[in-house]
Amino acid sequence: METLELTQEEQFQARIDEDIRIEPKDWMPEAYRKTLIRQISQHAHSELVGMLPEGNWITRAPSLKRKSILLAKVQDEAGHGLYLYSAAETLGASRDQMLADLHSGKAKYSSIFNYPTLSWADMGTIGWLVDGAAILNQVPLCRTSYGPYARAMVRVCKEESFHQRQGFEIMQTLCEGAPEQKAMAQEALNRWWWPTLMMFGPKDADSPNTEQSMKWRIKRFTNDELRQKFVDMMVPQAEFLGLTVPDDKLQWNEAKQGYDFGDVDWAEFWDVVKGNGPCSRERLQARTDAWEQGAWVREAALAHAAKRKQRAEAA
Amino acid sequence: MTLFKNLDCMSQKEWPLWEVFIRSKQGLDHKHVGSLHAADAEMAVQNARDVYTRRLEGVSIWVVESKHVHASNPDDAAAFYEPANDKVYRHPTFYTVPDSIKHM
Repeated sequence: METLELTQEEQFQARIDEDIRIEPKDWMPEAYRKTLIRQISQHAHSELVGMLPEGNWITRAPSLKRKSILLAKVQDEAGHGLYLYSAAETLGASRDQMLADLHSGKAKYSSIFNYPTLSWADMGTIGWLVDGAAILNQVPLCRTSYGPYARAMVRVCKEESFHQRQGFEIMQTLCEGAPEQKAMAQEALNRWWWPTLMMFGPKDADSPNTEQSMKWRIKRFTNDELRQKFVDMMVPQAEFLGLTVPDDKLQWNEAKQGYDFGDVDWAEFWDVVKGNGPCSRERLQARTDAWEQGAWVREAALAHAAKRKQRAEAA
Repeated sequence: MTLFKNLDCMSQKEWPLWEVFIRSKQGLDHKHVGSLHAADAEMAVQNARDVYTRRLEGVSIWVVESKHVHASNPDDAAAFYEPANDKVYRHPTFYTVPDSIKHM
């Protein structure tokens, strides 16, 4: 007799194919859980470490307005990290363990934050370019198959568009200013363009997890698809600003209705991923210092809470 | 069965996990928005304000320690909700009303 019984895994895949979201207590393959914990915690770590390059400029922002905006942006990034850690925890990951993995170097974060922020124009470029790339990655994640991750991403995306606009405004102000200011903007774009293209991850051919992640609808687009979208989106914006994208192979391709562009330096990409970026050690050190120097506060708060509880029970 | 798997294995040093519910404006109910860690309820409310209402998303916050949330089991969903399945007569559209009858 032919059996129509589906295995648990087939039932799971059928729900995914129907676009039914998976929720924390639902059955899921262990590999799905692990993939999500890895991806969500990497994403959370990126938000956390992403505060550091910008923190560098809070005290040196050129006006009170810019300082307030930058503070709000950095605070948002802390918030985004917290939304994401909380989503990962619904999968059974512990917060302390995730942070321990970040500090030990076991867990990765976006390699873009291992580059230095040398001038004020970097704050504009990060908002405009880096957050622009992040938004392209993140918007499809609002429909990712795991419910808590998708909901966290909806919140993140709502807040992220302010980040990009304030960055573009910084660039526009510089580009409409003195020649030295415009040169500063161009110099920042020159340094950030290629690392930003790396944010979409390795080429599809070198991204072994993509196929399974697409099947599980964790990812909705491949790395190369998103990279192409990004270039097509950004080149006209750079032209508007009067800036030159530092790629001599960049050319409009009428047939594909998109830009052809040069290849990323993949050796550099893998080197930074391995922890050899210009600021990799500095970033991890800053994180570890913050964690270790905050230990007494965390312990004191727990002790205080326990004492208050004890007193309340005694009364 | 509590909502999350990891509560038992949480380290002693980790602040407890709290679920956060926010009323976005007067007249609406509180809605679950996510979770956070805090040493006690007071800190949980303050952290919830900073994490979940940076853009005036709320006028009221509830927090409850995650370990106190009990949930139905999704594996039993088919049987658990089955009693409501065959009672279409609970919906007004089950009944036909003549066209000439108004206000019903």
